[in-house]
Amino acid sequence: MYQIACPHCGPRAQTEFTYERTTDSVVDPAADAHTAMHALYTRANPMGLDDEVWRHTYGCRAWMVLTRHRVTHEITAVKAIGPEALA
Amino acid sequence: MSADKTRGPTRAKTGEETIAFTFDGTTYHARPGDTLAAALLANGVGLVGRSFKYHRPRGIMTAGIEEPNALVTVGKGGRAEPNTRATDLFVYPGMMVQSQNRWPSLAFDVAAIFGLAAPALGAGFYYKTFFGPAKHWLRYEAFIRRAAGLGNAPTEPDPDNFSQTAGFCDVLVVGSGPAGLKAALEAAEAGSRVMLVEQDAVPGGSLLRDPDPAIDPAAMVERIKALGGKVLLRTTASGYWDHNFLTLSQRLAEPGAVPPHGFAQRLWHVRAGRVVLATGLIERPVPFANNDHPGVMLSQAVRSYVRRWGVLPGQRVVIATNNDDAYLTAQALVEAGAEVVALLDARASGPAAPAGVTVYHDARPSSVTGRKHALRNVTAVIGGSEQSFDADLIAVSGGFVPVSHLHMQAGGKLTWNEEAQAFVPGETPQVCETIGSALHPPAAPAAAPAGKAKTSFVDFQNDVSLADIDLAWQEGYRSVEHLKRYTTLGMATDQGKTSNMTALSRLAEKQGVTVPQAGLTTFRPPYTPVTMGLLAGAGARNAGAHVRRIPLHDLHEAQEPIWQPLGYWFRPRAYPVDGEGLVAAALREAQTVRTVAGLSDVSTLGKFEVSGPDAAALLELVCATTVGKLAVGRGRYTFMLREDGFVFDDGTVWRLAENRYLLTSSTGGADRMAHHISYVRNSLRPDLKCSVVNVQEHYAGIALAGPGSRRILAALTGAEPPRHMGYAPGVLAGTPVHVLAASYSGERAFEIHVEATHAAEVWRAIEAATRAAGGAPYGLEAMELLRIEKGHVVVGGEVDGRSTPHDLGLGGMLNKAGGFIGAAGLTRPALSAPSRNNLVGLVSLEGPIPEGGMLIQRAGQSPQGHVTAAARRILEGGAIALALLEGGHKRHGEELIVTSPTRGEKARVRVTSPHFYDPAGERYRD
Repeated sequence: MYQIACPHCGPRAQTEFTYERTTDSVVDPAADAHTAMHALYTRANPMGLDDEVWRHTYGCRAWMVLTRHRVTHEITAVKAIGPEALA
Repeated sequence: MSADKTRGPTRAKTGEETIAFTFDGTTYHARPGDTLAAALLANGVGLVGRSFKYHRPRGIMTAGIEEPNALVTVGKGGRAEPNTRATDLFVYPGMMVQSQNRWPSLAFDVAAIFGLAAPALGAGFYYKTFFGPAKHWLRYEAFIRRAAGLGNAPTEPDPDNFSQTAGFCDVLVVGSGPAGLKAALEAAEAGSRVMLVEQDAVPGGSLLRDPDPAIDPAAMVERIKALGGKVLLRTTASGYWDHNFLTLSQRLAEPGAVPPHGFAQRLWHVRAGRVVLATGLIERPVPFANNDHPGVMLSQAVRSYVRRWGVLPGQRVVIATNNDDAYLTAQALVEAGAEVVALLDARASGPAAPAGVTVYHDARPSSVTGRKHALRNVTAVIGGSEQSFDADLIAVSGGFVPVSHLHMQAGGKLTWNEEAQAFVPGETPQVCETIGSALHPPAAPAAAPAGKAKTSFVDFQNDVSLADIDLAWQEGYRSVEHLKRYTTLGMATDQGKTSNMTALSRLAEKQGVTVPQAGLTTFRPPYTPVTMGLLAGAGARNAGAHVRRIPLHDLHEAQEPIWQPLGYWFRPRAYPVDGEGLVAAALREAQTVRTVAGLSDVSTLGKFEVSGPDAAALLELVCATTVGKLAVGRGRYTFMLREDGFVFDDGTVWRLAENRYLLTSSTGGADRMAHHISYVRNSLRPDLKCSVVNVQEHYAGIALAGPGSRRILAALTGAEPPRHMGYAPGVLAGTPVHVLAASYSGERAFEIHVEATHAAEVWRAIEAATRAAGGAPYGLEAMELLRIEKGHVVVGGEVDGRSTPHDLGLGGMLNKAGGFIGAAGLTRPALSAPSRNNLVGLVSLEGPIPEGGMLIQRAGQSPQGHVTAAARRILEGGAIALALLEGGHKRHGEELIVTSPTRGEKARVRVTSPHFYDPAGERYRD
């Protein structure tokens, strides 16, 4: 079970979080069908670092993007997203 | 230790503390601190179980958790624990133990005849039986099922509790041998928070077998505790997960015992800063003919029994080894007064042996013969010739296997130590290191097996011999993973702790490669078996499934409804009166709604308040219908799509004020919808100026439906209720409410949403008024009858994740401007193919319509659709149903057959519009 450093709550157990999707499969609502389906069903799935959208669902409920290593599971960065995180 | 410490059978003597226990009904006595294995050996019991497949007699082979043979069932009733290792079970007063896998008795087992059939039951036996005609398998099956398996799982509920707790430490040390103790003490002295975990009941590890006067485990443990460390005995680090997260299973009571505080075990979830694995070694057995016989024991185990428990497992002992460690066993045996008949060393030379012990070099055991409880004779190949020895015990050592399970679970790598013929922990991606003997196994050169392969067992628990490995190879199984699956090697409850390396070296030899080239199978948690109760914890009872109580739960409960679990919620399914059954109650309730009025609890609907200048923009992204054009005080039916264009939920959206909306969604999808909206708002469109608040549990919802509902509500609120799809705030029973004029039933209807804490007053007032008008409360079952007759879809029924808005007849409501989630996916050609399943109604021409039945044109043809919901006309009677039918929109009027072969039901139906009742909606419009 991962330990994820929530940008708002600090390090918490993975069971408090839900995984949403990788950032490369985020579908732009304005995208055409081909682009949208490509994003949904074709993922880069790199053997290395990847960016993923997670939510601290059973904690502060805020959203974040984790940079996670797909082999070692090391989390190298956590970035808050959402309206409050907009500069 | 000296000879006078060794024991004969333990008998209760004056002044000596003994513990009485039973094994297969016979009472024996043990000394405090004895494992069952030590106590049985002390009492001369060598035959402890029967093997899994061939029912061969088996005894005690080890002194630790790796024991493959001596598995027993301990305890009785729901507390019974099958497949418990006799070596990992400390005797307690009144302990009841049964041997396993034998009938009628351990000494005389009818199924031992399997042993004679061994040639037919070799590797891949199960697979091969499948290749014959099916009837052969059917004949074997009953026989195999009866014969397979070890202990029986108890059928009664476990009376004990299991607890779960979290632990945190800077350093977690696994294993309390000399290396682990030292590491834990050093860390504690350096000021770290330390946890030391030991699976045994006493600390010391190998020191219990090979005491070192310079190390006092008990004193070191006291010192660690005094420095604030936590020492957990009888606790196994059973799983190593990501980010230094480990699960520990702690025995608070021995298996089968009545736990002192009601808790049998505790599961620890530990997040450790650093993990130190001092897990030591497991000795490798030696393959030779009949090496599974009682009286064949690992060398270090023999030493443990002699030194730790003062038990001599044999009087005349042969030792077989390929390493120096077994010489210590010879020493221990000699000191204890046993006769070491011969020390067979596979190597050409070795260290000095104790006085009086004859050492044979280049000597390997080839077979043994024996009686039930012990050996009679050991035959060895010495140089080129055979020699026999009278012996009642053979202590074997085929080298050592570092316990690298946790290291591997942590994602570590292994390196090959040629000298020790062992895989040694190498790199790991986690903050973890292995220390002690697991990192430095003693040298033990490979020695070729000398006996017949057929009875040279490798995996004792699953009865896999060298011949089975050879057969698998011969039949083309090359990879170690295939070998494992084909022969079931390493798949028993011991997970191959004593067998994997022997098997691997045989495979490597067959392949003509080195052992590391042959590969390894995966190490998976748990390290030793874990009971299901421990994993379930408090959830072993009802706590496993959460119960979400609606605000009016108690109020409904007073009316003794039939409850319906719905996700985690419980909702009234019907309110039977005068001994009605469900069907009769639901029909009466539905008829009341159609003719007078009814009220129902709809509190579980998903509810979201969206406000702000961009509220409409967000809703138009989430909803596939228009929202922005709604006037204040108006609402509309809406549905939401997944990104691939399929409908995933529906509900209603209301404009409460200029920049404030209320969105409702289905009960079953409410949590999913909450997540979805949050994702859209925070991840997709953080730029929008709006706020979304999930108010599902903030408001209780009460539906009031029926031709009389408008009059009832007007009298209660003192105001004219809003017209269909209108919204108005109001006051009811002195409480502010939201009144939404929405109809699910097809009648004039209102949803009254009220703050949960005031819901009871409002419900009581509406119920009293409704009853006074001749109405009644109605449950989910009546609601189902009403909505099917009206042709309204339900998420999870017609909305099954494969239907598009067009399929459901909702295409005309789509936001023509697009821009909503799923709009792009919906344009894919396949989503508008004419052959898609469309929502239709079915009217029975003959017979009741089976729910879930398939739609066919004629007998023997492929199904063209299925029934999603079956019901009856509420007032008129007659079976109707909703169905999804290939090209159904264009097939109204067609006659079809609904068939449910599993229920043996069939109906003749006519395809119609799904709107059976008031298709124009005249009943709820002004």
